[in-house]
Amino acid sequence: MNTIKKSLLAISVIGLTSTAFAYETSKPTCIAPAKPGGGFDLTCRVVSTGFERAQLLDKPMAVKFMPGGVGAVAYNHINKVNPDDGDSLVAFSSGSLLNLAQGKFGKGLDENDARWVGTAGVDYGAIIVSSDAPWQTLEDLVKDMRKDPTAFVLGAGGGVGSQDWMKAAILMKASGIDPKKMRYVAYEGGGEAIAALMGGHIKVYPGDIGEMKGQLDAGKVRVLAVMSPERLEGEFASIPTAHEQGFNAEWTIMRGYYLGPKVSDDAYEYWSNKFAEAYKTDGFKQTVAEKGLMPFYMHGEVLDEYVKERVQDMRELAKAAGLIK
Amino acid sequence: METLGFLATGFSVALAPMNLALVLIGCFVGTLIGSLPGIGPINGVAILLPLAYAMGFPPESALILLAGVYYGAEYGGRISSILLNVPGDAGAIMTTLDGYPLAQKGEGGRALALSAVASFAGSMGALTLIVLFAPLLSDLALKFGPSEFVWLMTFAFTCLATMVGSRPLKTTIGVVIGLLLATVGVDSGTGILRYTMDIPNFFDGVDFLVVVIGMFAISEVLVLLENWLRNDMKLTPVGRSFVSMSDLLAVKWVVLRSTLVGFVIGVLPGTGASIGSAVAYGTEKRFAEGNDDQFGKGDIRGLAAPEAANNASAAGSMLPMLTLGIPGSGTTAILLGALLMFNITPGPLLFEQQPEIAWGLIASMFVGNIALLVMNLPLIGMFVRLLSIKQSYLVPVIVMLTFIGIYSIHGDSFDLYFMVVLGVFAFILRKLGFSLAPVILGLVLGAVLEQNLRRALSISGGDWGILFNGPITITLAIATLLAMVGPVIMKALKKR
Repeated sequence: MNTIKKSLLAISVIGLTSTAFAYETSKPTCIAPAKPGGGFDLTCRVVSTGFERAQLLDKPMAVKFMPGGVGAVAYNHINKVNPDDGDSLVAFSSGSLLNLAQGKFGKGLDENDARWVGTAGVDYGAIIVSSDAPWQTLEDLVKDMRKDPTAFVLGAGGGVGSQDWMKAAILMKASGIDPKKMRYVAYEGGGEAIAALMGGHIKVYPGDIGEMKGQLDAGKVRVLAVMSPERLEGEFASIPTAHEQGFNAEWTIMRGYYLGPKVSDDAYEYWSNKFAEAYKTDGFKQTVAEKGLMPFYMHGEVLDEYVKERVQDMRELAKAAGLIK
Repeated sequence: METLGFLATGFSVALAPMNLALVLIGCFVGTLIGSLPGIGPINGVAILLPLAYAMGFPPESALILLAGVYYGAEYGGRISSILLNVPGDAGAIMTTLDGYPLAQKGEGGRALALSAVASFAGSMGALTLIVLFAPLLSDLALKFGPSEFVWLMTFAFTCLATMVGSRPLKTTIGVVIGLLLATVGVDSGTGILRYTMDIPNFFDGVDFLVVVIGMFAISEVLVLLENWLRNDMKLTPVGRSFVSMSDLLAVKWVVLRSTLVGFVIGVLPGTGASIGSAVAYGTEKRFAEGNDDQFGKGDIRGLAAPEAANNASAAGSMLPMLTLGIPGSGTTAILLGALLMFNITPGPLLFEQQPEIAWGLIASMFVGNIALLVMNLPLIGMFVRLLSIKQSYLVPVIVMLTFIGIYSIHGDSFDLYFMVVLGVFAFILRKLGFSLAPVILGLVLGAVLEQNLRRALSISGGDWGILFNGPITITLAIATLLAMVGPVIMKALKKR
């Protein structure tokens, strides 16, 4: 019985593949699971502008907004309402993955309830202090923090368990300090946290390197370390990594797109190939750079596997930090 | 003198034909969006942002357009507050308190005219302050840390405690309901989900706009339905619409104070027009102590204060965005995102490196506000005539608009259901004699108070002493104390 079912299923899958061959999207859409103007909006603009410049789509890609819970609302919506909608890419970030890892994307939903299809690029964590702070290197800061971990308040744009908090916790762990001892203050978004840093209310801001450009140019802040595996290129080339300074603290903020869990293999292949093509064009690369992201190109099954591995890693991290049991 | 030179540069940008056209379009669209309940400046800016981007406007023009929508909406929000008791946007909630009673008395035209002038004065005053003190003020905004916010919110609560003076208990209960609503969502201090019932739409907390529209607009419709069933429909008389000199003179100090209050609160990061107008209203009520019988029943002071303040807040919130790259309110957060999309990095260097953007925007706001006043005064007659439409036709249209507006924010029907549930709940509250404004204020102020109190205490490691850590906190603490005991002492002295 079971084998019959399976073979019937196999036949129907083959049938579907042959009839629906050469999938073509009729109304390409990118869903930004946040209010306009934020990181998810930016992620959608990368694909809509990038694909347009690379001349990959016949029709312009629309951007829709579906805010709530760092992507939780969109994740639930796609799963419940449109699991097989091959036209809609949904933007995600490693912040979404972290919440997914902690089971904060709704009951019974995990990383297997989406088809991860392409990336937009990456940004990296950075350890930022005010320009009048006494520390010149990460070593200086850690030395002081080891003496009394409670004396230096860290603060960032996300709550406990968010990726901003995770950056702080990773830094603590890398310096041999118990993350539970740190004083961490949560703000609403990076802007408020930068204001608190400049006003002296917090001392250390574990933020993202990409958003610091304006403040760095103005000389208001100092970046002690960037949390990337290797030194960055271009304008951030002079900033040492945490690794170089002897601390195993890395945090990559990945931005990319997924499709619904029941989207056909054809549609999935279609978008995967589009990303592969886009990554080769200057138009897409230029768009990525303009939006303050650094190149990180991965698509299709390779990405799907990579994302699932990363969520698993994050789950371990969250367990270690006492966020989940 | 240097500043004047920059301002002149700004005006040369703002008065360029295309930018002039854009500021007028922005202000007009803004007034319209503001006057429609359910669609506030945040949505307005969000809707126009992709359009401005697609049209390929230069960044300063796009910003001029979007900012026009923002402060235009602060003008427009008052219209439905006054005429229909439904706030057009979040900054206009307090305007319903005295604006609607005025309209019921047949003085809708007078209320609209006076509030337009108060809005204008608030904006112009705030803009002048920006031009004169921009660098100084952005430093002051940075000094505001968690403990300063705690006191500011406590001060606001103290002022508002007597808001609906005749029913102190019901007001308190209303505030507590608001505070309860404010606790829903992920708790950023611990990362734990509170009262979300596993519904992802609640993970970020209840949406402020959904609550405002649900409670005001939907409950208003239910009240109307009830009247219709009882055959108790009456047309509101339409009065004359004009600005009288005596009205203006009566509120001149109110407007001045409220402009200052609204402006300062607007400049502070994270607080916008809704908080600014609430604090201004509360302060004025305190100032009118002993002479305040009319507050809440159609006092022009209670109308002018929130309108001057919400416009001053909107202008003020531009300041930290331009000088520091930090949003002063929800709408400026979107404007900031818009700037980034145009590859402009707002921040300390903007004024030096791209003065045409910063000063162009400031100058365009002067132009826009004059345009708004000119646009708004003649329109009053038209708007007031809305009241002569039978409410049974008018209100269903309003409801339809709110449904479309709310759906357009999230694209999820969940918000619509939630809005209706809240509306029914608010209707019951109204029937029991509760006022809705305290609920909304509990929600807005409570969230800010809780977050900042917890921030302050986690910075200090649990030491409450942090609440008295500097001159600003102590000043605010004294002001709170005065607001609390001042009226009691005054009364005692009067009795002697």
